[in-house]
Amino acid sequence: MNIIVCVKQVPDTTEIKIDPVKGTLIRDGVPSIMNPDDKGGLELALRLKDECGANVTVISMGPPQADVMLREALAMGADRAILLSDRKFAGADTLATSYALSGLCRTLDYDLIIAGRQAIDGDTAQVGPELAEHLGLPQITYVADAKLLENGNLLVHKENEDSVQVLEVEGKCLLTVLASAFDARYMSVSGIMEAYDKEVEVLGADKIDVEEGKLGLAGSPTKVFRSFPKPMKEPGEVHEVTPEEAVELIVNKLKEKHII
Amino acid sequence: MEKKDYKNVFVFAEQREGVIQPVAFELLGKARDLADVLEEKVVAMFLGCGIKDQAQTLIEHGADEVIVIDTPELKDFLSEQYTQAVSHIINERKPHIVLYGATTIGRDLAPRLASRLKTGLTADCTKLEIQPVKEEEKEFCMTRPAFGGNLMATIVCPNNRPQMSTVRPGVMQKMQRDASRKGVVTEMMPNFDTSKFKVKLVETIKADKEIADISEAKVLVSGGRGVHDKEGFDKLQALADVIGGQVASSRAMVDNGVMPHECQVGQTGKTVRPNLYMACGISGAIQHLAGMEESDFIIAINKDKFAPIFSVADLGIVGDLHKIVPMLTERLKKELEK
Repeated sequence: MNIIVCVKQVPDTTEIKIDPVKGTLIRDGVPSIMNPDDKGGLELALRLKDECGANVTVISMGPPQADVMLREALAMGADRAILLSDRKFAGADTLATSYALSGLCRTLDYDLIIAGRQAIDGDTAQVGPELAEHLGLPQITYVADAKLLENGNLLVHKENEDSVQVLEVEGKCLLTVLASAFDARYMSVSGIMEAYDKEVEVLGADKIDVEEGKLGLAGSPTKVFRSFPKPMKEPGEVHEVTPEEAVELIVNKLKEKHII
Repeated sequence: MEKKDYKNVFVFAEQREGVIQPVAFELLGKARDLADVLEEKVVAMFLGCGIKDQAQTLIEHGADEVIVIDTPELKDFLSEQYTQAVSHIINERKPHIVLYGATTIGRDLAPRLASRLKTGLTADCTKLEIQPVKEEEKEFCMTRPAFGGNLMATIVCPNNRPQMSTVRPGVMQKMQRDASRKGVVTEMMPNFDTSKFKVKLVETIKADKEIADISEAKVLVSGGRGVHDKEGFDKLQALADVIGGQVASSRAMVDNGVMPHECQVGQTGKTVRPNLYMACGISGAIQHLAGMEESDFIIAINKDKFAPIFSVADLGIVGDLHKIVPMLTERLKKELEK
């Protein structure tokens, strides 16, 4: 079985600070990490590889620095790593990003594509389903479990707010995975040694199956009109009152806010 | 594509097992505002099996028209079936704007459609408005948090139609239900391409209420060190039961074994954005605040008037939670019986 895993290098958003004077993001010194849901996806691929044998290719789109993350994926047990890196991809929204990735996938042999549910810098959860559509593949999102059945189909658990759907999918498909369901393994020492001997293939737009006009900013239907720091919260009211008065205050507020 | 051919504000009115989800009404409320500014109509897309009798409910919540597709193929949510049905409506009717709930259904369906229709989609919007961007030119402005909520971005989709967004449940206000509202119900039926139906539903396992995810809860009653022990949390549970919420916890009460890790809010626990977060006996370490400060409305009860939790609370009460919480529970019971 050939599995493609889509990974993204993201800033660790829990470490991001806002410049209090300029109101801009301070990115200096913020570590770059493999997006957690993508790492969960890689873990699922590696488990399928452990159980039934598979060839795992990790792919990413991003600047040359994403090389480090791809080597981490190799050290965890991936067999091949490909980075799409080209100025022509710059400014891509989710539609243009998924289109570029689909152009790469079309040049590869695969039976299954796994992506993370969403990336912690954008939180859109759009690239996976958009990629599946570009490739005409069925999709299952919010995946918490996936097993290969004897008939070659996949049995997948999709986690909804109020239920788990157990789904069976026939043929090639794309899954988007929850990090919380797949505790990712650590890199092994031998894996780390090998990862530095392996090649991370870097490809530009001319090496994949795409129309250039649909890439990057030009191929993106959505544009960022403006961005701004989150407005500071107005300090609320604090009351030192008797319990009776406190209950009164709370009940009135809950009514005012239509919570009750 | 001619932009001017695309008209009206559409809402994907989500139902589960025949129950219209609250987010559908909230989206209709927002759609009503937008349509009134644009002088266009609000159209609800209502898909499922055995549901058409409920179309009038959507009209009473703000829809001018409800397009119903009522067929066994749409009994349960499956991506391809729903994508074919909704894209059929969109291709026939050419909406200006389409809104979806940012649920596990909406966030599966909307990007699939965006890719099929080759248009833009903005996820998890917290603000939607029609705004002037240049002289004489108005755009649909979709504002959303980015970088883990550290930054807000306003997104536009100037050249593609329809313009689509998802909105989290609980963000928009529904309008007051008006039983006298009149509207049109239109039934449609797509020609399904069943050869594309590759995913089969084997079974649906209902979530056990005990392990319900706190990050999806609309109301959280959360306790910290000031709650003391299991008995203290029973008081919080009683309050949560009355207002339809769940109990959550600070790290301190997880580390000392009183509460399970699944209930922990904060940097090493879960990030929550409920409509109401009641922090009881929580001092408010920065790691805790990071996990809950996005909540829509925060009430804090703490004995220490200098507790940092008061800096993020909309309503702060300096007092003893062990007295206030049981009294509040009793009072709310009476209020809700009315």
